[in-house]
Amino acid sequence: MKPFAYVRATTLEEAADAYAAHPGSRYLAGGTNLVDLMKLGIEAPGALIDISRLPMEEIGELPGGGLRVGANVRNSDLAADPRVRERYPLLSQALLSGASGQLRNVATTGGNLLQRTRCGYFQDLSKPCNKREPGSGCGAREGIHRDHAVLGHSEQCIATQPSDMAVALAALDAEVELYGGGGTTRTVAVTEFHRLPGDHPEQDTVIRPGEIITAVVLPAAAPGAVSLYRKARERTSYAFALASVAVLLDLDDGRVRRVALAFGGLAHRPWRATTAEARLTGAAPQPDTVRAAVEAELAQARPLRDNAYKVPLARNLACQAIAALAHSAGPVP
Amino acid sequence: MSPTSTTLDTTTSVLGAPVPRREGREKVTGAARYAAEQHLPRRAHAWPVPATVARGRVTAVDTAAALALPGVLGVLTPYDAPRLGPSDDPTLQLLQDLRVPHRGWYVALAIADTLEQARAAADAVRVTYEAEPHDVTLREGHPGLYTPEQANGGYPAHREQGDPDAAFAAAPVRVDVVYSVPPLHNHAMEPHAATADWDAGSGHLTVYDSCQGTTVVRSVLAGLFELPEDRITVLSEHVGGGFGSKGTPRPHVVLAVMATRHCGRPVTLALPRQHMAAVVGHRAPTLHHVRLGARPDGTLTSLTHEVTTHTSQIREFVEQAAVPARVMYAAPDNRTTHRVTALDVPTPSWMRAPGETPGMYALESAMDELADALGMDPVELRVRNDAATEPDSGRPFSSRHLVECLRDGARRFGWPGRRPPRHEGPLLIGAGVAAATYPVYIAPAGARAHARPDGSYLVEVNATDIGTGARTVLSQIAADALGVPLDSVSVAIGNSSLPAGPVAGGSTGTASWGWAVHDACSALTDRLAGHHGPLPAAGLSASADTTQSAKQKSPYARHAFGAHFAEVQADTVTGEVRVRRLLGVFAAGHILNPRTARSQLVGGMVMGLGMALTEHSALDPAFGDFAERDLAAYHVPANADVPAIEAHWIDEHDKHLNPMGSKGIGEIGIVGTAAAIGNAVCQATGRRFRELPLTPDRVLAALEGEPTTAAGAAG
Amino acid sequence: MAHATDPPAPRPAHGGDPGPAPRTPQGTAAGQARSRVTLRVNGAPHDLDLDNRVTLLDALREHLDLTGAKKGCDHGQCGACTVLVDGRRANSCLLLTVALDGCEITTVEGLAAPDGALHPLQRSFIEHDAFQCGYCTPGQLCSAVGALREAAAGHPSHVTAAPALSASGPAVLTAEEISERLSGNLCRCGAYPAIVRAVAEAGTDTAATTTGADVIA
Repeated sequence: MKPFAYVRATTLEEAADAYAAHPGSRYLAGGTNLVDLMKLGIEAPGALIDISRLPMEEIGELPGGGLRVGANVRNSDLAADPRVRERYPLLSQALLSGASGQLRNVATTGGNLLQRTRCGYFQDLSKPCNKREPGSGCGAREGIHRDHAVLGHSEQCIATQPSDMAVALAALDAEVELYGGGGTTRTVAVTEFHRLPGDHPEQDTVIRPGEIITAVVLPAAAPGAVSLYRKARERTSYAFALASVAVLLDLDDGRVRRVALAFGGLAHRPWRATTAEARLTGAAPQPDTVRAAVEAELAQARPLRDNAYKVPLARNLACQAIAALAHSAGPVP
Repeated sequence: MSPTSTTLDTTTSVLGAPVPRREGREKVTGAARYAAEQHLPRRAHAWPVPATVARGRVTAVDTAAALALPGVLGVLTPYDAPRLGPSDDPTLQLLQDLRVPHRGWYVALAIADTLEQARAAADAVRVTYEAEPHDVTLREGHPGLYTPEQANGGYPAHREQGDPDAAFAAAPVRVDVVYSVPPLHNHAMEPHAATADWDAGSGHLTVYDSCQGTTVVRSVLAGLFELPEDRITVLSEHVGGGFGSKGTPRPHVVLAVMATRHCGRPVTLALPRQHMAAVVGHRAPTLHHVRLGARPDGTLTSLTHEVTTHTSQIREFVEQAAVPARVMYAAPDNRTTHRVTALDVPTPSWMRAPGETPGMYALESAMDELADALGMDPVELRVRNDAATEPDSGRPFSSRHLVECLRDGARRFGWPGRRPPRHEGPLLIGAGVAAATYPVYIAPAGARAHARPDGSYLVEVNATDIGTGARTVLSQIAADALGVPLDSVSVAIGNSSLPAGPVAGGSTGTASWGWAVHDACSALTDRLAGHHGPLPAAGLSASADTTQSAKQKSPYARHAFGAHFAEVQADTVTGEVRVRRLLGVFAAGHILNPRTARSQLVGGMVMGLGMALTEHSALDPAFGDFAERDLAAYHVPANADVPAIEAHWIDEHDKHLNPMGSKGIGEIGIVGTAAAIGNAVCQATGRRFRELPLTPDRVLAALEGEPTTAAGAAG
Repeated sequence: MAHATDPPAPRPAHGGDPGPAPRTPQGTAAGQARSRVTLRVNGAPHDLDLDNRVTLLDALREHLDLTGAKKGCDHGQCGACTVLVDGRRANSCLLLTVALDGCEITTVEGLAAPDGALHPLQRSFIEHDAFQCGYCTPGQLCSAVGALREAAAGHPSHVTAAPALSASGPAVLTAEEISERLSGNLCRCGAYPAIVRAVAEAGTDTAATTTGADVIA
């Protein structure tokens, strides 16, 4: 780890100013991923601007029943919040299926969205990685890639986004609030926040240099809608997803009024399954119908040499989750 | 010191009593100090630099940037590191030449005032290489394969009796199968660490080392640094696990000593977890070709177990995975053999029950396949093939209660025999069984017992407690031999100045150290019996050395045995396999402390569970290193993976072992566990998996395909 | 100091002169890379002047001589470094000390009562033989205190059944719940079954969510 200066910001303006004053600096919130990466030499900021004490720790009610989750709300507190458990159980489930109790106590909502891939080549400075060092190549493509992407990857990068929370947020159509300095703010849909790697795998997200995530906004939950997050992993706990699925299902008289389906562990971003959703909307969620819709989505998959298992895994997870939700929501005609 | 010991009838039952760990309070209060936690004045820190090519030569080391950083005391390189004396272990000849035998091999060492500075300095060292093509991929038919003279443990690599091929061809029922076990890593929770302190004034070297035995560390350091042994003290009061990976000195301790001699200050070197996969050993991958021929009643007529494995370019280490087949079942025509190839890989070494662990996975999986082919209860198949004498040597067993373990385990577990698997929604549930065996080894040790005038006793033996409870059980052995209350005995271990003892490895510790303690205490008892009046102020002492008795060849084949029963669930949605129940019954001689023994046996079973389901390392063909280098990628089981586990034992009385009548228990818990779990998965799913671990990708792929149980298994 | 490719020359066994070493700090100006930090550790205040790179784990182990918290992986992957920060369990290896100014830290050394009486979890760990090598034990104990507090506060876990997810009130700590909640603490000795029993037993003691450090503080 290289020496760095430390600046504790007390306001957003101060933080943005400090960022501008220290080229190559990084914001520090929970630090559970940033400090990890600094030790590995992947991140070597000249300064850390501590935003962990900014007043962004509230979960506030929004008109119409949504919630505004401050960026510094810790993962454990978000998962335990009674309103989140009641209205967005998939979000609680996703958070609780990630990391460990002690990591969730520290990791923040904003930081979770910005956590970087756990690709072993990205994490090893002695190996090529286009995400870490554009143009150096991709060690994983022909290397050890059982955990890597099957959807939306590029020649340059096959890494996956590791967050469970982000998958649930993608299914929830949440939005990310960003502060850009000088009083400027903007809002980005979570589904648009993470990028596909394309020719610029070094950019995980659409966040701009110096921007700060201030909050995540959860739209009001539809009355009667049910939701579920399910994750498959090598270890029963404390392991990243091989594949995961977040489903939000709203049935109207046994037919799908609205479904949101997002996959984790398959791509460089939470994969919102719009093809499957379109096929299911208006249909009765019979097993064959669901399977066909999910398979239509996964037909886009381009598995690598050693990760083809992710396709049936994701399909099964989605089919089972939708079936379980349909069952809990009432009889299917 | 031990809360419940005063309630025990110490004169008659201390040996075999569930005495709590003596260092329990220190460990739960954080007072127990490990090797990196020795705060010596002016202590500096060292951080090693691993090679980033898999094969080649160092062509330059640029240390300028590192040396320019604040607090840096020096950077040692192959060009300027002190020359080392000879050692039997080439992995310890660090920074002695420019060759890079595998990726991760140390090529420099940074030393600085603080940990942060040392790490930054190591990061700033620029090494250039002349890389050569490398090969890290083990496969059948590799051109480099050869049959070594010996496998690990000194076993002949090749043994053959009768005509196993002809007997196999003639067998009415045959199993001809291939299994694969990946490289595995010990990953004790405490990374290898040493604090070394060279006192140039007195010419004395003191080393706090995380190791399984300080006597051997002292001896090796004496050779490497050309110092007499009496000018070296190695201490290991507490060790955070080893599982074989700390059985001999590893690079950290050599580098720490180099560093303290370089800078003249105490130096701590604790290995970063990410380095460990490459420098402290691993269980070598093994490919197993097992052929079993049997009569329709299940009697084995032919057994061959052929093992293919790798070693490194710098030291031959051959995982003795075919050796347990020489012990387990009576098959008149048999062949057990090992072939190895030296690849550009890190040097493999001991990991808990080397040989038995992968070997019994293969053999006991094949036995299950044979039971399937025969339509026979796998418990009964094993009972049918129980051996009266050791198959390979013909020697009688000093004790062998495998059948009793199987029967008792089946009863306790509620063994379902050949009942069909159950379903619970998407979960397939099945049960499996496998046998276990581990040899009884014993090594010479010395001990000294001392009676003080105040009625207390001190027993000294250079044992190491790596979590086994050695300190506790040795105090029990001493109290028993002295016929005195346990609380009156204190035990000094973990110091190379004490009477020499072997490493805590090979399940030998209690027997080896304990024998010496027993003899010393018996001799002291005799001296005390002959002494009249109050003891002199200096007390009375007696010593023992078991070199003669321990080295005596036994006319008996001496092994512990056991049986594992597992119930698993396989999720047809995800391919995730979880163990629901695990039960082991062991025949391991006299269990001297049921509390600590149970912990060791259960702990071995947990590691076996990991081997079955979650643990694997893969050598990256392109880069030559292990892809899993940290505890996020290498999945040792987490708490949630582990169900309630039961470990039981047969009350075994064996007079041919040692004065305590004990067999080792540190390793047998892991032997056979993975086979029992794999066999249960086969019963649950109807698919036979022959490659570990049983991760969701493999299981799901099989579940999505056609059943494979019968096909290919039986001939 | 770049070396040529000549074979290494024999050197005296004592190492010798490391050569002239310029000691000018680079990049960040000196002073900027250090900070003063005040922590309260196990009830006692500490005023520290630290390199900004020093993690809480290293501050405890290297600067305060509190070596109870262990370094198993240094990357939040094993839990051996778990301590309580402002009452909540956290991996101290991933926390930069400089960012914790004013925080209350409780380590394993602060669990027992000031008079030395063991914490209920410490007693229970000994009674159930819930450790072997002891290296993960301080982290397990601090994690268990934190987990019991979380359960008492009604925090759900991954295995909390769906109906209970929306329930409020303290969580019921079944063996499965304890296993899941403590899965951030790896134990290579495999003491998990005993750890679960020890936590289950101590968890019935209402004093188990209090530490000695709380008494001092």
